[in-house]
Amino acid sequence: MGMDMKEKIRDFHQARWDEPVIFELSAPGERGILVPEGGPEVEAAGKEAMAALPAGMLRAAPPALPEMGQMKVVKHFLRLSQENLGADFNIDIGQGTCTMKYSPKVNDKLAASPKVADLHPLQDESTLQGALEILYKTEQLLKSISGLDRFCLHPGGGSQALSGIAAIIRAWVDDQGLQDTKDEIVTTIFSHPSNPAVAKLKGFKVITIYPDPVTGRPDFEAFKAAVSDRTAALMITNPEDIGLYNDRIKEFTDLVHAHGGICSYDQANANGILGITRAKEAGFDLCFFNIHKTFSSPHGCGGPGCGVIGVAEHLVPYLPIPLVSHCEKGGRYYLDTDPPKTVGKIKDFYGVLPAVVRAYAWIMNLGAEGLLEVARVSILNNNYVFRKVLKMKGAGAPPYAEGEHRMEQVRYSFQRLKDETGIGFAEVQNRIFDYAGHIWSSHEPFIVPEPFTIEPTESYSKDELDEYLAILGRIVEEAYADPEMLKHAPHRSVIHHVDHDYLDDPKRWAITWRMYKKRFDGYFEPKKG
Amino acid sequence: MSEKFVHPYIPNSAPEVQAEMLKSIGAKDIEEFFACIPEALRVKGLLDLPKPFLSEASLKRHVEGILSKNRTSGELRCFLGGGCWNHHVPAVCDEVNGRSEFLTAYAGEPYEDHGRFQALFEYESLMAELLDVDVVNVPTYDGSQAAATALRMAGRITKRDEVLVADTTSPDRLSAITGYLHPDMKVTLVGHDPKSGLMVGSDLAAKMTDRVAAVYFENPSYLGFIETEGKAISGAAHAKGALCVVYADPSSLGVLTPPSNYGADLTCGDIQPLGMHMHMGGARGGFIGAPDDEKFIEEYPSRLFGIAPTSHREWGFGDVAWERTSFAKRENAKEFVGTAAALWGITAAVYLSLMGPAGMKELGTACMARTAYAVKRLGAVKGVRVPAIGGAFFKEIPVNFDGTGKTVKEINKALLEKGILGGHDLSKAFPALGQSALYAFTEVVTQDDIDTLADALAAVTAR
Repeated sequence: MGMDMKEKIRDFHQARWDEPVIFELSAPGERGILVPEGGPEVEAAGKEAMAALPAGMLRAAPPALPEMGQMKVVKHFLRLSQENLGADFNIDIGQGTCTMKYSPKVNDKLAASPKVADLHPLQDESTLQGALEILYKTEQLLKSISGLDRFCLHPGGGSQALSGIAAIIRAWVDDQGLQDTKDEIVTTIFSHPSNPAVAKLKGFKVITIYPDPVTGRPDFEAFKAAVSDRTAALMITNPEDIGLYNDRIKEFTDLVHAHGGICSYDQANANGILGITRAKEAGFDLCFFNIHKTFSSPHGCGGPGCGVIGVAEHLVPYLPIPLVSHCEKGGRYYLDTDPPKTVGKIKDFYGVLPAVVRAYAWIMNLGAEGLLEVARVSILNNNYVFRKVLKMKGAGAPPYAEGEHRMEQVRYSFQRLKDETGIGFAEVQNRIFDYAGHIWSSHEPFIVPEPFTIEPTESYSKDELDEYLAILGRIVEEAYADPEMLKHAPHRSVIHHVDHDYLDDPKRWAITWRMYKKRFDGYFEPKKG
Repeated sequence: MSEKFVHPYIPNSAPEVQAEMLKSIGAKDIEEFFACIPEALRVKGLLDLPKPFLSEASLKRHVEGILSKNRTSGELRCFLGGGCWNHHVPAVCDEVNGRSEFLTAYAGEPYEDHGRFQALFEYESLMAELLDVDVVNVPTYDGSQAAATALRMAGRITKRDEVLVADTTSPDRLSAITGYLHPDMKVTLVGHDPKSGLMVGSDLAAKMTDRVAAVYFENPSYLGFIETEGKAISGAAHAKGALCVVYADPSSLGVLTPPSNYGADLTCGDIQPLGMHMHMGGARGGFIGAPDDEKFIEEYPSRLFGIAPTSHREWGFGDVAWERTSFAKRENAKEFVGTAAALWGITAAVYLSLMGPAGMKELGTACMARTAYAVKRLGAVKGVRVPAIGGAFFKEIPVNFDGTGKTVKEINKALLEKGILGGHDLSKAFPALGQSALYAFTEVVTQDDIDTLADALAAVTAR
């Protein structure tokens, strides 16, 4: 029989194919696919060109790629796919900050259509009107959702969007000749690590604000002390992954503005505030959304993603080019290279079209009421899980804002479990794979000890939330009853404990098969001599 | 039965469930959760959005209606290149990257996401063979990001702050590189010979100071010609303690010498030709290849997946040198890392496994043969000069139309009326080439396509 629907613990074992590395599957002479022939005249011209190729430009030895029949290639990669637990299979609420919501299948079909896939970016605009219309209309939707005035849809992920934002801040500072006086960016420790990283990349000094130990919100007194005329910008997330909305956010942005700086809102994950509150009213000059989080495009094992940058009117001149504009008179959509002070290109061509098509379809399927319900239910789901986790033995949340509800996610702690059983987050994580689950710490540094972050989104039913909680509850029980067993987990996953020392040792790390063959024989036997 | 509308993607919008959950939480209503948001920051009423298409059927019809206004490269004859190409995408590539297990996964660990770790380790390994290097990263956003990061890596490795870049570089890529290097590193252009297109050695020598971290060029170049002096260029860089960074087209490397063989320390580029549809330039991934040298490996910002033993003698995988990354070190990291283009890396792994050494050689040969045939056919059209610049070519050629008395714009408009997507207009970015356009000939182009193009060009330029 299947899983007991009351107990909600699956007798699970992940697929385990013991699959060789692809080079081990090679058999000389096998072919996976053929290349079209050109006909005698074309072939003859090719022979001449090849013969005329300058000395040294003709590859001497063919690349040592494997030789495989087509079915063998299919089997290999489909076996690997079975050894991968996509969000379509598990209850993927343990990857907090990443908004692992349902990616509708119909949107995948639309994005894969030849009408999207088979377009060259340099085609005449008259042949790209449908794609340009989608880009343009998606921008209009995002403008309404954020309150900002113009969007660039190019970046291939959230961190690249942040990199683009840092480039805009840099250009804005340089343009006013303030390079020497405005050289600091303020952020918070719970803002995504790419915020400080891109600030540094663009030549700014980074000042990081820590939370107020009582409210959990960024410490306003520390912030006041940090902000000065040297402040070029604030780069901040709200709500942060501890799940608390910073209710004084407008005071933060006002203070930066009073010192002549600008404010960037990291809205990678905007799931809990769609239709509730916007960047504009909170006083932000810039923001970005992750299309692959809030707006449902699938995460693809870590991309292709899509991060879209929004700006207020006064920063439109700095946006990357081209934008997509619409000629009201002729009804034509066109690529607009007008922004006079543009930061130039940050990504090839015009962005990740299939992701934008999915986002457009997702928003147009839900509408304003639907988006509001997304936010409401993602918060309902989160508070449901929050109250249950707080009651779980060994688990807790940092003692911020006692008694308050949370927004769309929470960063929890297994410190008590660790103290009482010796089992911390790492062991729980390794065990949860045995129950078809996944759980993630959160971003470093771990100022919440033994952290884990859960973000239920709107996609999961109460039954599924209960199932996830049952799994966590079971592992906690195991930690008290049989900690030794947990230390050797996973037991029912694809593989067993990985020796990570190899991955940090320059003498033993192998990033490619050829590095492996250079260092080792057989199964990790060091090469002699 | 409730009358409230329950959306298929939001199961817990059913009122009975909501009531039960609120009771469990001890909250009166959902509104209570938003009490922390000041009234002044609240959206009044609903967002101003168009009326939705609630059913899947009506949504599909709406979106397809918009998309139907596109005319695809399959419906037209496409000769466009310039960094995105109409190569064949094997059905197996679509099959694998469409699998839910890969498509909907994200940041799982080396256990429950063993599949993506192995597939991406294999991607790195297959690319390493194609590039003839030891190390390749999990793909970054695109080729321009890879080029810009490779140059920043060179800056950190040499502790220098200027890069010399061939002035035949793709204008968009040059913009991305210049922007990304600002304000830490300066970009200086090196000139080209107006006939051969090759980098001018004396200009390179004159600009090669001890501030220079790297010399960068593209091969094949943006203008299509093959840079044949790679060895001399890398030699000049190395003599002054600088590195050589080459941007290569992976589809060329079954026949052309990989840059590492003529002295490139870092090889970068874009994997779009390896199994990705064009998606209007929206399906790309950047690679950076390097030698097995800790000094290089520690400077990568990207994820690097490595192979490691397990307690049960299985192939295990994980992140190599994690402490480099911004996930671990925030502003003290090597640049930054985030969600980029992993699924396209897996796709390229599938592509290279299907092609094998023979397929990659045939692909390169096929592109070169079609291009060579096109040089002959187009060159025979009155007033058309092929090539506008350069000697040897791979899959793209610049075609000059000055002798026809017509602009590229006029010619392309007339070609489009005949169902042909003519070459990309170079007249703005490279005014020295006059009225020239960049034509691309991949393996999917047939002799009939080229003959049709030549005949059409003859007709439209004679008018």
